[in-house]
Amino acid sequence: MSRTITIEPVTRIEGHARISLQLGDRGEVQDARFHLTQFRGFEKFCEGRPYREMPALTARTCGICPVSHILAANKACDHLLAVSIPPTAEKLRRIINLAQLTQSHALSFFHLSSPDLLLGWDSDPATRNIFGVMRQAPALAKDGIRLRQIGQTIIETLGGKKIHPTWVVPGGVSEALTPEKREAMLKLLPEGLEIAKRTYAFFKTLVPKFKDEAANFGTRDTLFLSLVSPEGNLEHYDGFLRLKDARGHLLEDKVPTWEYERMVGEAVEDFSYMKFPYYKAQGYPAGVYRVGPLARLNNANACGTPYADVALAEFHMLQESGPIASSFHYHYARLVEIIYALEMMDRLLKDPDILDTRVRARARSNRDAGIGVAEAPRGTLMHHYKIDDNGLVTWVNLIIATGHNNLAMNQAIRQVAEAYVDGNQLREGMLNRVEAVIRCFDPCLSCASHAFGQMPMLIELLDTSGQVVHRLSRD
Amino acid sequence: MPPANPQANVRVVTLTIDGQDLSARADETIIEVCRENQIPIPSLCYLDGLSIWGACRLCLVELEGQNRLFAACSTRVAEGMRITTQTERLRRYRRTIVELLFAERSHICSVCVSNNHCELQTLAQKCGVDHVRIPYRQARYQMDSSHELFRLDHNRCILCTRCVRVCDEIEGAHTWDVMGRGSDCQVITDLAQPWGESETCTGCGKCVQVCPTGALVKQGTSAGEMVKDKHFLPILARRRHAP
Repeated sequence: MSRTITIEPVTRIEGHARISLQLGDRGEVQDARFHLTQFRGFEKFCEGRPYREMPALTARTCGICPVSHILAANKACDHLLAVSIPPTAEKLRRIINLAQLTQSHALSFFHLSSPDLLLGWDSDPATRNIFGVMRQAPALAKDGIRLRQIGQTIIETLGGKKIHPTWVVPGGVSEALTPEKREAMLKLLPEGLEIAKRTYAFFKTLVPKFKDEAANFGTRDTLFLSLVSPEGNLEHYDGFLRLKDARGHLLEDKVPTWEYERMVGEAVEDFSYMKFPYYKAQGYPAGVYRVGPLARLNNANACGTPYADVALAEFHMLQESGPIASSFHYHYARLVEIIYALEMMDRLLKDPDILDTRVRARARSNRDAGIGVAEAPRGTLMHHYKIDDNGLVTWVNLIIATGHNNLAMNQAIRQVAEAYVDGNQLREGMLNRVEAVIRCFDPCLSCASHAFGQMPMLIELLDTSGQVVHRLSRD
Repeated sequence: MPPANPQANVRVVTLTIDGQDLSARADETIIEVCRENQIPIPSLCYLDGLSIWGACRLCLVELEGQNRLFAACSTRVAEGMRITTQTERLRRYRRTIVELLFAERSHICSVCVSNNHCELQTLAQKCGVDHVRIPYRQARYQMDSSHELFRLDHNRCILCTRCVRVCDEIEGAHTWDVMGRGSDCQVITDLAQPWGESETCTGCGKCVQVCPTGALVKQGTSAGEMVKDKHFLPILARRRHAP
C-alpha cells in the first residue's frame, strides 16, 4: 500500500520546513515535496510605511543575511531617489556585503553541513552536529567559529552592530570609514584567508569520497541565474543579470536588474509558503533555474582575485565540461567564494579612496517604483517597491534567493530520494541524505516565506485502506 | 496655559523629597523642585517651557498622610510636604503605564527613525520594561507624509500633546489639536487635513523637536537617524512670556 514519509522538521537549515515523500506499493519513491511551513507577511505589512524604513524593516526577515536585505532595500531606495551613490559608499557597501558572505558561508559549511561530511551520513544523529565536529575535528570547528567571527566583526566595525546594522542608508552610508577602523579590519583578513585556504585544501581531499553523492545530489539540468560584473566576472553587489543553460550557453546576458520581471515569473503552489519563481521564456514549471554560489561560479568568467581564480579553475575541473551540475558542489563553490570575499575585502580596504568622507547622496524620491538587486549568500535577491506621491510604500515584491531555488530543491530531493530511499528497509541515514541535499542549497526559509491570498489549509483523516473519513479545510 | 512668570515676592517653603530636606519657592511644582535637585522622576507629557498637561501620569508621587497619588508636574509644593518618588507601588504603576503605551500603538524601536534617541524607549529601559505583559492592540494607523519637511506617524504617537502646546504657546500657530476620544484619539493638523495642506503650519519644526518619540520626524531620515534638540524651548518660552 502506498504511504507517505514525512521528515519534520528538516534540521540544520535556517527556518522551518518539512519534506514529504510519497511511496508507491513497492516502497519506491513516487513523489517528493519540500514544504515551507512558516509564514511571515513582509510584503503586506510594509505597505503604508515610508520607503526609507524599508531597509530596517526588510532586514528583519533574517538574522543570518540581514545585510543582503539592507543592501537590496537600499539599492531599491537609491533607484527611487534616482541618484548615483558616491563611489566610496559603493565600495564600503561591497565590503559589508562580502563580510556577510564570509560569515554566512562559514555558518553553512562548518556549522550546518560539516557534520554530514566529517561524521558521515549514517552516523548517530545525536552527535551529528557542530558539537560532534568539535569532538572529532576541534581545529576545524575552531576555524569555522573564528571565520564567522571575522565576518561578523567586520560587519560590526562598519555597521555598528553585528545583526541588523543601520549604517547603510538610501543614497550611500551614514558615516565615512575612519583610519582606525580600516586598520582593525585589515588586521583580521590575513588570518581569515589562511583559514579559508586551509579549509579549501582540506575539502578538496574530501570531495573524491563523495562521488556517489555528487552524482545524485541534484544533478538534473537547470539554468543558472546570477549577477555578473560588466566584464562578466564574479559579482555580489551590482552589475547585470546573466542566465546560462546547463550546457553553458548564455540565454540572457547584460540584463539590467530593473528588467528582472521580463525574465522571472512567479508561481504559487498550495503545499508551501514559498513562491516558485521560473524563467518566463521556458514557462512553469519547465523554467527551473538555480542561484547562489554554484550559479555565480558557473556564470562568472573569472573571480578577479589571485587565489580565488586558482580555486575557480579547480572548481571547473570537477566536471569534464560545461557548468558544474551537481548541487553537492554548492559546498565547494561556497569555499571558493569565502576566499574571494576575503581577498576582495583586503583590496577594497586598501583602495586609496576608501577613507573619502563623501559617502552619501541626498535626494527626495524621484521615481514611483524602485528595484534593488544584490547577491545574497544564497543567491540573487530582488526587492521591488512602488510608492505614492508622499513616499509611502503602496506595493512590495520580494524575490528571495532561496525562493529562486525552490523548483530546483524539489527536483533535487526527488532525485536523492529515488537514489537512496527504500521504503521497505527505511534507515535514518537515507532520510538524512534527503535533508542533506537541501543543506547544499543552504536555504533561508524565514526569508523566503510568502502567502498568495489565503493559503488553503487541508487536513485529511485516512483509514487503513486510504479512504478519506474526515476532512477539515480552510478556504 | 503658558507657564506663569515668577512672582517677585513668593515665600519659600521647606519640604522633604525621598528623605532629603529641601527648600523651594511656594509657586514651584514638585517636578520642578525634583529637576532642580537632580532627583530623577520620569515624565513624558511634562516639558520645561510648556504648560502643564498632566496626561501621562508617569510622574506620580506619594505624599505622606495622603492615600491617593499626586502628579508631580501639576502639584505645587507646600510647607512641610513629605514626598516619596520611588516606592514599589510607584515603580509598578510606572512600568504598567509604559507597557500600556507600548501596547496601545506600534512602537517597534528597532526599525524606528528615533531608535536610541527616544524618550519613551529610554523610559522603558529605566522602568525595567523588558517585555510587555499586556496584549498589543495591533491597531493600524495611517501615516501623514504630505508635508514637505516633516512626517507624522500616528503609530508612534503617545498623545502627550507636546506638539499641540508648543505650536499654540510658543509658535502661536495652533496648527495642532486633538480629535476623537479614548483609543481613537489622534493629533490632527488644522481641521484634520493632511499636514502638507495646512494653511496655518509655518514649517518651523518645533513640534518635531519636542515630540518624545518617532511620531513627528524630519523627512529623509532612516532608522535611528532622527536626533531631536529641545534646548530652544526654555529660552524661547521665557522670552515669549517675559514681562
